[in-house]
Amino acid sequence: MSTIVTRGTVVIGVERCKGCELCIPACRPGVLEMSSEVNRSGYRYPLLRPGCTACRACHAVCPDYVFEVYKFDEPVATEIRDSPGSEQ
Amino acid sequence: MTHIPTDSAPDIPAAKVASSSAPLQLSEEHHLCPGCGHPVAWRLLLEVISELELERRAIGVVGHGCYTNIVRLADVDFLQCLHGRAPAVATGVKRVQPQAAVFTLQGDGDMASEGLQEVLHAAGRGERITCIMLNNGVFGDTGGQMTAATVVGQRTKTSLDGRDPASHGHPIPVADLVARLPGSVYVARGAVNNAGSIARTKRYLRRAFELQMEGAGFGLVEVLTMCPTGWFVATPEGPDYLEDRFEPTFPVGELKTA
Repeated sequence: MSTIVTRGTVVIGVERCKGCELCIPACRPGVLEMSSEVNRSGYRYPLLRPGCTACRACHAVCPDYVFEVYKFDEPVATEIRDSPGSEQ
Repeated sequence: MTHIPTDSAPDIPAAKVASSSAPLQLSEEHHLCPGCGHPVAWRLLLEVISELELERRAIGVVGHGCYTNIVRLADVDFLQCLHGRAPAVATGVKRVQPQAAVFTLQGDGDMASEGLQEVLHAAGRGERITCIMLNNGVFGDTGGQMTAATVVGQRTKTSLDGRDPASHGHPIPVADLVARLPGSVYVARGAVNNAGSIARTKRYLRRAFELQMEGAGFGLVEVLTMCPTGWFVATPEGPDYLEDRFEPTFPVGELKTA
C-alpha cells in the first residue's frame, strides 16, 4: 500500500478528444494515461489516476479544449494498492 | 489501476482553476487535425483580449489558412481579406477606427509566402497594429505544401525529400526582418509546444497588444505551432519536432522590445 496525495482533478470532454496524446507528457505528476477504449469519433482519450496537482499543464497544451481543471480546497489522500505506474 | 471519474465536476469543495473554453469562445468544436497547435494560439489570443478588456474594441483581420476557423469560434469582430493582405486591410481599419485594438491573424503561408510585402510595409510605416503569424512551415489548409518559412530538410507535400536550399531556397525569418525595421516597436517569437512556451507566448501577445493600445507602433508576434499532419509525424512527436527542427532556424524569445 502507498499513499498518493491528490490536490485537484480534471473534467475531461472525452467526446471532443482527438487522441493526440499531447497531454500525456505535459502532465507534470504523470497521472494521465490513454484509454484502450475509443470515443464516438474513434479516438483514444486520456484517463486520470490519483495524484493530480491541478497544475493546468494539460489544459494549456490541449488543442481540443478537452480539460477543465479543479483545485481541491483540501488535498485528498488516496490509499493505493501497489500496481504498475503508482510508484513515484 | 483505478481511474478517477472525470465526467463531472468534483463533489468535494474545489475551485475551478481552468475552464475548457477561453473567454469569448463560442464553441469548443473545431475540425482542425489532432495535435494541431493553432487552437492553443487561439485560446491565448482570446485570453489576452479578455484580460486587457478589449472585447468591444478588438477587430481581427484574418488571411487564409486553417486558423481562419477562429472567426466561427470567437465572439470577436473579424474581417477576412485576400491571401496575405491582412496587414494592409488592418492598416485601413486602424486608421478609421484608431481606438480599436486591431490585429491580424495569419499563417506563414499567408504572411511569408503570399503577402510578405504587406507585413514589411505595414511595419515600415509603423502602423499601430499587432500582426500575429502562426508559423508551422506548411500551407496546411491546401494540403501541406512548402512555404517560404519551411525549414531546411523539412518534408512537405511539395518537398517530399526535405527542403533543399539548392532547389527550394532558404526559409525567410519574417520576425527577424520586421525587427530590423525602425517602424516596429515590438517583435517576439513564441511557440506552443509545451506549457512553459505557451505561457511565454501569452506574455508576448499581451505585451504586443498593450503597446498597440499605448499608441507605440507596429508589433509582430510569430508563434511556432505544430502541424503533425503536414510534417508527416505522429501527433506526440510534434512538440519535439518543433523544438528540434524549427527553433534552430527560428529562435524563440523577444527580438525587439519597446
